[in-house]
Amino acid sequence: MILALIFGLYIFILAAFLGYQVISKVPQLLHTPLMAFTNAISGISLVASIVIAGACESTVSTLLGTVAVAAASINVIGGFIITDRMLKMFKKKQAPPPTPAGVAKT
Amino acid sequence: MSAFIQHGFSSTQENIYQAALLVASVFFLLGLRMLTNPETARKGQHMAVIGMIIGVGGTLLNSRIHGVGFVWIGVGLAVGAVVGIPMGLWIPMTKMPERVALSHAFGGLAVALVGIAEYSNGHTLDSEFKMGSIGFEVLMGAITFTGSLMAFGKLQGILPGKPQTFGGQNALNFALLGGALVGLIVLVCRPELGLLFYGLVTGGLLLGVLLVLPIGGADMPVVICLLNSYAGLAASASGFALGDNVLIICGALDGGSGLILALIMSKAMNRSFRNVLFGAFGSAKTVEQAGPSKGGNVREGSIEDTAELLKIATSVIFVPGYGMAVAQAQHAVRDLANALQANGTRVKYAIHPVAGRMPGHMNVLLAEANVPYDQLFELDAINDEFAQTDVSIVVGANDVVNPAAKNSPGSPIFGMPILNCDQSKAVIVLKRSMNPGFAGIENELFVLPQTMMVFGDAKQTLGKVTAAMKEGH
Repeated sequence: MILALIFGLYIFILAAFLGYQVISKVPQLLHTPLMAFTNAISGISLVASIVIAGACESTVSTLLGTVAVAAASINVIGGFIITDRMLKMFKKKQAPPPTPAGVAKT
Repeated sequence: MSAFIQHGFSSTQENIYQAALLVASVFFLLGLRMLTNPETARKGQHMAVIGMIIGVGGTLLNSRIHGVGFVWIGVGLAVGAVVGIPMGLWIPMTKMPERVALSHAFGGLAVALVGIAEYSNGHTLDSEFKMGSIGFEVLMGAITFTGSLMAFGKLQGILPGKPQTFGGQNALNFALLGGALVGLIVLVCRPELGLLFYGLVTGGLLLGVLLVLPIGGADMPVVICLLNSYAGLAASASGFALGDNVLIICGALDGGSGLILALIMSKAMNRSFRNVLFGAFGSAKTVEQAGPSKGGNVREGSIEDTAELLKIATSVIFVPGYGMAVAQAQHAVRDLANALQANGTRVKYAIHPVAGRMPGHMNVLLAEANVPYDQLFELDAINDEFAQTDVSIVVGANDVVNPAAKNSPGSPIFGMPILNCDQSKAVIVLKRSMNPGFAGIENELFVLPQTMMVFGDAKQTLGKVTAAMKEGH
């Protein structure tokens, strides 16, 4: 039991440290997509929901598991679509804006 | 891992399952790493999608799943797709804070339900460690679920955005939190106490409501980030309970990113977590302190005045705030910027970290309106430029440009880093009315001699100014 706890904490601490290093480098510009993104990947709790729903151990747990699968997959599917929609919008300045050169000069 | 070994199934399947989760974790981390640069961000997102597919696919090999279970999984996934796809495709960018709050609610719900299911099946009776993990998971999940629904309600305007306070509120919250933690410890020793377990769930649900109740609309960025962090911690706890490392890792990433963002936000408001969470900032009491309007000499300008001023400006900085999101004025801002650039004016945008209702809110809206991201500048990067700028145009921002933060030690926002609009040669403030901002404080910027107020709907005003500028040619 203690071993499982320590093993889990190992992974948690390493992941948290790595996450901290990487995430603090995400520019303010991308903070909203970052939230949508981490939301989507934390939807990986879908895997736990899937195991509960699929194990069919009791009616209660199967129902709870199925609702959990639905809730988690809303996050995964919706989250990835939204993140992609947002990231698609971030563009650097394209070749001069579509105003014809003549108009720009007054 | 222990759970799977107990069930003793074919080791090949077990190996593939574990390997799939490992690969998924690596893809998630790589994806996150690529998200640090707007150039590679989209590729990073695609990496994560691949990781998710591998992880979920591998999970279907888990031998606890059998027979009719696959049907239930299919039902859940179908519901998720039917709700998730339209939500993903059609939610407008201005509603992003609401959608993020909702998704935290779903995340918390999923994790809490998994914990409850494990408990109801008696999987916690044999191990104190598992009981502790599941108790924590369910508590955090429940808090996240109702807390996020409250945040959503406040953002959406279903619930009043002003802080709701009552006597002994903080004492009650601390008592509940303390009670929940004691209950959790008792459960670890006596996991068979079902009533206590469901009491813990109820306590968590109640706490979520009570903790968000006293927090006002403009503090939502911090709250949303914290709820993000809670959702992550809950997911991590479920990883501990199920011996599932990918859950621990993703939960830690999610929890960590929420915490980092919450720290950035509260630093940008010069407030501590304690003050944000328990200070009921912007409640009736604070507004009273601000006192009645001093009147000041507010100079009101017309559309024509604004257009004339902008025509001769060589440099302009836009300062967007939550008002821009409310008025959906981001496209109108971009149109005016285009007209200015066509006129040879240099245009930049200054984005305060807490402008809007969630981190990066303004950036996303402006990106939606096709503003190139290299024109968007963070506070530190642009603050020294205001002094050399002809005109700052404040679109629906208030407290983040209030010089009282620098000049009035008595002000509730004193010490908060602000955008130095007051240093530019002229300031145009687009505002609905003279109502004070969220913090309920008079804005000294509005009465400065170089400031011109243009009242009305920001979107319409900007449209008219753009038209007036084009006529001038």
